[in-house]
Amino acid sequence: MKKLLIGNHAVSYGAMLSRAEVIAAYPITPQTQVVEELAELCASGKLKAQFIKVESEHSAMSACIGAAQAGARAFTATSSQGLALMHEVLHWAANARLPIVMANINRAMAPGWNIWADHIDSLAQRDTGWMQFYAETNQEVLDTIIIAYKVCERVLLPAMINLDAFFLSHTAQSVEIPEQDMVDEFLPPYNPEIKLDPDDPRAFGGLLPPKYYMEMRCKLHSAHRNALKIIEEEEKNFFKIFKRKYGLVDEFYTKDAQIIIVTSSTITSTAREFVMRERKKGRKLGLLKVRVFRPFPFEKIRGALKNCEKLVVIDRNISYGNAGIFATEIKSALYGFRNVPVFGFVAGLGGRDVQLEDIEGMVDFARKKNFSKDEIWWGLKK
Amino acid sequence: MKENQKLPEIVVSSGSMKINKTGSWRNLRPEIDYSKCIRCMICWKFCPDACIKINKEGIKLAPRENLKKEPAPEIDYDYCKGCGICAEECPAKCIAMLKEKK
Ligand code: SF4
Ligand code: SF4
Repeated sequence: MKKLLIGNHAVSYGAMLSRAEVIAAYPITPQTQVVEELAELCASGKLKAQFIKVESEHSAMSACIGAAQAGARAFTATSSQGLALMHEVLHWAANARLPIVMANINRAMAPGWNIWADHIDSLAQRDTGWMQFYAETNQEVLDTIIIAYKVCERVLLPAMINLDAFFLSHTAQSVEIPEQDMVDEFLPPYNPEIKLDPDDPRAFGGLLPPKYYMEMRCKLHSAHRNALKIIEEEEKNFFKIFKRKYGLVDEFYTKDAQIIIVTSSTITSTAREFVMRERKKGRKLGLLKVRVFRPFPFEKIRGALKNCEKLVVIDRNISYGNAGIFATEIKSALYGFRNVPVFGFVAGLGGRDVQLEDIEGMVDFARKKNFSKDEIWWGLKK
Repeated sequence: MKENQKLPEIVVSSGSMKINKTGSWRNLRPEIDYSKCIRCMICWKFCPDACIKINKEGIKLAPRENLKKEPAPEIDYDYCKGCGICAEECPAKCIAMLKEKK
């Protein structure tokens, strides 16, 4: 069934179709409608889940941790300051290897207060051990939640599905809502071997001395590396049933492109439009969308960038004192592989619109220059 | 098999808490005076170590006849750490914290 859905409701439908059993969330703009819709779905009985009202995001994630540890499929959603408040327990969820799925509406951090799109909130949680997906459309949001549960429960890692504030969260798009029985076919009930169970009491997350700590962290890291393969496998299974696929990365005219634009999330759609226009003029421009950021798909990225001459990386974030985070990571993927100039543009912070003309300007900039040592702040007032 | 491969993916005990009786850490010992206990189970709810059990049969000593058959709290001294939260929360003030003899 096709329906007009805003991104927030695509999140709720994704959680409902995945048959989330425990939902604990605390409202925050621009995520509030996710919680509202889920609360309504629970109240109406459409979604047979335990809806736990909590007093903060830290508690929301803690409740999800308890639920997942007891073997329930747990879901939450948050944004920005709320995600930051969860920080401590984000580490816990990953280190405890709990397959929790969370939607994060990408929003800037305060002060000054800003509720608009920016990726610093989720990128600041990069090293907590969560898988991170960045969605371009509301369809992708809904589908990714379902795929994420399947992957998470196979590799025992939590996943964060990121979507841009307002550009997706409050924008209605036509979304195909999968049939429940088809989702059930793809995603069987979660039934972990080891869980919190009064009849089989165990201590979870106990003391881990130096003798063993490193080994356990390496196992978490290996699970991430392994997840790259599992994500691809499950996307194939998903495609067989639903005829939609996304990939770790999405390559658009990359094969013969001289310049490749690297994006994530909604800026991708604008860049896609620009690439199509340029192609009509015979200009060899390509686009690489990084959809999965953790685990970082090194091989896929290298494969996509093996022929190009220059790179334009657009970052809706800034790592203060360094540069845009995607640009930095793309450079690390190229190390020892290819030496191509990377033009890292910091753009669209705090929800500032990045339009076709902006992308045109960035590509022009890259065409004219051979090298840029530092990141380029795009559209900054003179 | 290599040692690393033998390690589990998850930091979890094999149920060793059944043998590891952590009640031995206790310095103060809660004792319920059942002649005053109104069976409200607030102590059960508050115990952070989940070591107050519910005795469904009831306990003969009770402030009122009708309470004798009600489920009653029973402290599991194998695990009680003596934190005193139950005594603090008990509305009937019938839990005494006594010095533990070691
Ligand atoms: S003293 Fe503390 S641990 Fe012991 S029964 Fe009371 S609340 Fe529980
Ligand atoms: S809180 Fe006090 S009165 Fe209530 S059941 Fe426990 S011991 Fe009895």
